[in-house]
Amino acid sequence: MRIAYVIFLIGLATLLWKCQKRLLHRAKIGEELSGGTGSVKDATHKAFDFLDRNLHKDNSFRRFFESGESFFNTNWTIEGASSTARDGLGPLFNSNTCASCHFKDGRGRPPIDTTSERGLGLLLRLSIGNDPHSGPIPDPNYGLQLQDSSIPGIRPEADFKITYENISGRYADGDLYMLRKPQYKIVNLKEGPLTATEYSPRIANQIIGMGLLEAIDEATLRSFADEMDEDGDGISGRPNIVPNIETKSEAIGRFGWKANQPTVKQQVAAAFAGDIGITSSLFPNENCPPSINCDELPDRGTLDISDKNLDRVALYTSSLAVPWRRDWEDQEVLAGKKLFTQANCSGCHIPKMTTGEHPEVSAFSNQTIRPYTDLLLHDMGEGLADHAGDFRATGREWRTPPLWGIGLFETVNGHTFYLHDGRASSLEEAILWHGGEAEAAKNSFVNMSREERGQLIKFLESL
Amino acid sequence: MKNFGHVFSLAIALMCMVSCASEQQSKEVIQNYAALVLDNYEAARQDAVLLKEAIGKFTTKPSEATHQAAKDAWKKARESYGITEVFRFQEGPIDVIEGEEGPEARLNAWPLDESYIDYVEIDSTAGIINAPSKTLDKASLTAANESGGEKNISIGYHAIEFLLWGQDLSPPGIKQAGSRPHTDFVDGGTAANQDRRRVYLQLCADLLLDDLQLLIDQWKEGGAYRNKFFAMEHKTALSKMMTGMATLAKAELAGERIFVAYDNQDQEDEHSCFSDNTHRDTRLNLQGIKNVYFSLIQGKENQSIHDLVQSQDTTLAREVSNAFELAEQAVNSTAIPFDFAITADTERPKVLAAVEALEKLGDKVAEAGAVLNVKVGME
Repeated sequence: MRIAYVIFLIGLATLLWKCQKRLLHRAKIGEELSGGTGSVKDATHKAFDFLDRNLHKDNSFRRFFESGESFFNTNWTIEGASSTARDGLGPLFNSNTCASCHFKDGRGRPPIDTTSERGLGLLLRLSIGNDPHSGPIPDPNYGLQLQDSSIPGIRPEADFKITYENISGRYADGDLYMLRKPQYKIVNLKEGPLTATEYSPRIANQIIGMGLLEAIDEATLRSFADEMDEDGDGISGRPNIVPNIETKSEAIGRFGWKANQPTVKQQVAAAFAGDIGITSSLFPNENCPPSINCDELPDRGTLDISDKNLDRVALYTSSLAVPWRRDWEDQEVLAGKKLFTQANCSGCHIPKMTTGEHPEVSAFSNQTIRPYTDLLLHDMGEGLADHAGDFRATGREWRTPPLWGIGLFETVNGHTFYLHDGRASSLEEAILWHGGEAEAAKNSFVNMSREERGQLIKFLESL
Repeated sequence: MKNFGHVFSLAIALMCMVSCASEQQSKEVIQNYAALVLDNYEAARQDAVLLKEAIGKFTTKPSEATHQAAKDAWKKARESYGITEVFRFQEGPIDVIEGEEGPEARLNAWPLDESYIDYVEIDSTAGIINAPSKTLDKASLTAANESGGEKNISIGYHAIEFLLWGQDLSPPGIKQAGSRPHTDFVDGGTAANQDRRRVYLQLCADLLLDDLQLLIDQWKEGGAYRNKFFAMEHKTALSKMMTGMATLAKAELAGERIFVAYDNQDQEDEHSCFSDNTHRDTRLNLQGIKNVYFSLIQGKENQSIHDLVQSQDTTLAREVSNAFELAEQAVNSTAIPFDFAITADTERPKVLAAVEALEKLGDKVAEAGAVLNVKVGME
């Protein structure tokens, strides 16, 4: 009798255990720490503005961080201001502070009204071709980027207008969706004819976790690559190879929408030069329109930002903490995570990796991070193509953007515009734009039930 | 066992009494804060009225004497504004009014685009003043302050400062501020467009009053933000107050304002660079933090955060008071003017010591927050 009772109990326990296993998805230990042990537990509008938690008690590091932050947030002034550390704006620029496009260290958005809204984080790169080794070839009159602002006495290069064409489609279950395809028109040309036919719109990215991405070993990134698609999964990521100006060598590109910058510092210096008109030792040449003799402009003949201050801004930009995930143990979120893997979104948006040794900041070294990227270039199909090459990247290739923090854009920046030009106004639309190597993953999404799609989105929102 | 039950219920009752008492105490502290904020903004506006009057006299009859009187009035106005900066960094009206950007950028924005306003050493025709085609009125200057995405700073205290003092081009060792001549405002005097310069200066003074009034309207009896503030949970309101204190001490003062300038050694990487008045900004900002912590309204102590901390942890309360004293000593020992303090080798260590003392003060405020179970956000 007793034995039968014990057997019954064991049977019941096994059954319960199995049921539980079937019903319950379990979160992995530590998966909430997207940016490793330095992640910050904050889900407010300030979520992207914290120093890495492994560094914030280090007073000397924090001071440099604040120093960099002040150069990131404060407006640059026209040459000739008393504060020589912060003057040298323009002559041409897109914005006069980093923070205007990377608002709260977050994601920029396209202007809703292009005549009144400027400097919110969408700019146009221009080129008349590309050399895989030396990069995009500039327009003879307008250079590599359209600057729609300028200092007094100088005309801005031009304006641009965006019109959207609506494209509708249906999910497999019959639900309707709508996509917006942008068209760019450059108007009010001030520097003569425009030769460039390749416009590459680029949205300002959130700048969290950059030092961690910088600390990933090149070997790790190469291990994600499958240039010839030998495993036959339709995904053939490859690294962009770009010049490292400081070391005068080539390196894997990691930053920017086409992975055209190898280091945080070079990315920062390039943005200073292109977006604000601030020269530095890395980019010493003033971006000067052909109708202006820049030698005649008021200038003190020195670089606009010193190496020291550039280093501070690079340090700031490297060390912003990645926020913790929210709801990572939620059953719906976990179901969505499973679908994310099943659809092989994780083929490019690689969930987890370990960083190598960071050359300067040990807090970024050997961290287990969950950036959801491989930092590699992928053909994303005709729908997303900008037809503008960028070093090794073709006009159809884009870098897999990290997905960490993507669920906080709305909280931090008050909008839900995604992808390189902000065309997608929801996460669903962003997924639906995927094509090329991501066609199969996209189709999996289209074939999901409404409930499953909701779960996948919930998962993304938890990142 | 029975006794234990009694003791237990007594303990519960006591705990309730203590917590109810502390709720009442918190309420008073929060009310005192609102009174302090209103008092400070009203004082700032009164001094801004005097500044406007002095500027009125100067522009009507520019002379060395009226020029000096206007400069004195500006410095006095900064005294009452400087202590209000601790009301920033907490999404209060100075930063956000009903979802819109508050007047901070119009009042106190820095650095200034001098050449966006008026002539500078390297360009005698620069600025809105020297572009007669540009309309000069309040609306156009406010719009110019935030034209499109590019935020050229054209108004506020520092714009007035630039118009009164001019650029400070002398080496720090000489300890001289900017030396704009009063004749810049006399028809046929120095620099062109004197009439426009007079108008511009007056408009800036007017705008200062408008923006300070906005803040008073929010904080006054029945004001929208005051009501909102009083409706918050006590912990939320205290969290805002203490976040303002800690952020100003550690991130803003120690970090962005002092350390950055120390690090740069750029003569004019300082807030009041034309008048060489930055040392006052620093000292007044610190005084503002102290005012909030001890609830000092017109120099008189009231029921304060200090009292709340005291009732929880006397040792910590003493440590915070001590941190205030050390920060004051350290800041007061830095050399005057600030550009000299950050560039002279003998003076620089004192500046770094002030940075450290302010950081410690910020940390202590955060500790005090922890004891009160109040979140002190600092980045």
